[in-house]
Amino acid sequence: MVMPGAIWLLLIRYLPMLGVVIAFKNYKAQKPNTFWNNLIKSDWVGLKNFQFLSSPATATMIRNTLAYNAVWIALVLVIAVTFAVMMSELKNRFMAKAYQTMMFFPYFLSWVVASYFVLAFLDPTSGMIPSIQKSLGLKPTQFYMTTTWWPLILTLSNLWKNVGYSSVLYLAAITGIDTTLYEAAAVDGATKPQQVWHVTLPGIRPMIVILLIMSVGKIFNADFGLFYNVPQNSGPLYPVTQVIDTYVYNTYANTHNMGMSAAAGLLQSVVGCLCIVATNAIVSRIDSESALF
Amino acid sequence: MQKAQRQHAGLNAFGPGAQALFHGVLGLFALLCILPFAFVIVISFTSEDSIRQIGYSFAPLSWSTQAYGYVFALGGALWRSYFNSFLITVVGTLLSVSICVLYSYPLYRKDFRYRGFFNFLSFFTMIFGGGLVPTFVVCKTLLGLSDNYAALIVPLLFSPFNVIVMRTFFQTTVPGELIEAATIDGAGEYRTLLQVVLPVVKPGIATIALLNALAFWNEWFLSLLYITKNMDVIPLQYLLMRMQRNADFLAKNAGMLGADAAKAARNLPSQSLKMALVVFIVVPIACAYPFFQRYVVAGLTVGSVKG
Repeated sequence: MVMPGAIWLLLIRYLPMLGVVIAFKNYKAQKPNTFWNNLIKSDWVGLKNFQFLSSPATATMIRNTLAYNAVWIALVLVIAVTFAVMMSELKNRFMAKAYQTMMFFPYFLSWVVASYFVLAFLDPTSGMIPSIQKSLGLKPTQFYMTTTWWPLILTLSNLWKNVGYSSVLYLAAITGIDTTLYEAAAVDGATKPQQVWHVTLPGIRPMIVILLIMSVGKIFNADFGLFYNVPQNSGPLYPVTQVIDTYVYNTYANTHNMGMSAAAGLLQSVVGCLCIVATNAIVSRIDSESALF
Repeated sequence: MQKAQRQHAGLNAFGPGAQALFHGVLGLFALLCILPFAFVIVISFTSEDSIRQIGYSFAPLSWSTQAYGYVFALGGALWRSYFNSFLITVVGTLLSVSICVLYSYPLYRKDFRYRGFFNFLSFFTMIFGGGLVPTFVVCKTLLGLSDNYAALIVPLLFSPFNVIVMRTFFQTTVPGELIEAATIDGAGEYRTLLQVVLPVVKPGIATIALLNALAFWNEWFLSLLYITKNMDVIPLQYLLMRMQRNADFLAKNAGMLGADAAKAARNLPSQSLKMALVVFIVVPIACAYPFFQRYVVAGLTVGSVKG
């Protein structure tokens, strides 16, 4: 029974793990052009593929990846928990459900679709914001050429897509809290804000910790779709939009330098894996119940 | 759960002032979440004249269904990619659900000897991977996933996350006695799974089927990687992506269209047409969304709790 899945895992997940030797080779098509032949006959180049690490573009993309992820993890956590608490405290349950449904919707759309939504506002010829600027006699902003606004645009796009999803998860966790705890707190004279602080928040702590481990573990992985589609992979924006994932793809797509691209990907995988294990170790030291594994 | 929730909110709840504040904040954010989609619908019904004069606006000068007229007139490539989206979603979902159930069911069975091994085999890929380029090379040169439907389906067929979700569904809804009883009655392993276990875990199957269907419907990355020449197999998501980079994609690829359509493509209302295509992608999701939302919530909650 497990065979179809196991074969898939071996071919699509484990075989590429052997393929990481590409990172140490000058991978080129050989004759005959088959995977094993290319892999074996390409020349070893040692760590040459890792030389990109010393370029300034590398520092930028690592900074972008880490900074965006760190800020977004914090923002999404605070906003989503706040929204979840608010939704759970609404007396009008119908409206609470309606808000949840609307907020969760963007999660189901692809970044391609989302990039059109952004384009509708920013498009240089017809976008809403440049058009309004024109009608006011101002010079329209060339959004896809100017870096200034992108940290904000990317942040808003990310919040738009992910806050609803996280709120739903936190709300589900709040729903699971034993209501007698609130009754007990009320009997002891706790006000509503005190109940939120002393009952709700501790109640959803395991969920917060799990989502936190998962996102901190992925701090070296950026959301490729967001960074590739929403800024339309526009070159002038790279200083603020290039992240490790888009770098790996763009390196491959533009230069076909498989070795270098594989090297960057390998570093990302190793560091990402260490991050997950480390975060998990820290969490299990503090609170072994909440640890992932 | 829902009942407990109601009691909790009712029990010496926040006062009217706070309630109003919550409604204000949540309502504003909720509106902002669907506003861009509403905007795109408005643009798709805006006439090209209005777009030329005042750009995209919530209050266009004149309305038009021209864009939709063109979608129907152009036929060919557009419908082809729309059909591809459905085909990939249906085939992909059927296959991936089958693989997922077959993989997670033995992991739930405590008497399966290699349970730990296969559990780890799947879980490990969640924390470590070979990376984009080695995966790409293996898929393309070794497995021949290039310029065909398989390239858009196979790389997404298995998800360790869904295995965890499905296994948890088995654990929480199928009591061990049920399987013992079936075994005593002489049912083989596959018969037990198909006739005894599956009817019990229907909600779980619905959940992973929806998660998979969404993943396939929203897929564009695989096209970006594996489709270089054969544009006959691309889904609508990727067609839209190409149109964004290359405004005249349709006109330039007139070969993809019929002769009449190629003529029509020359004076395309390209701006509203693109937005009309976005509407075409989102509408199936928006229509099905109210019905599948609770299954997805169930799946995601289960997955992240036991993750």
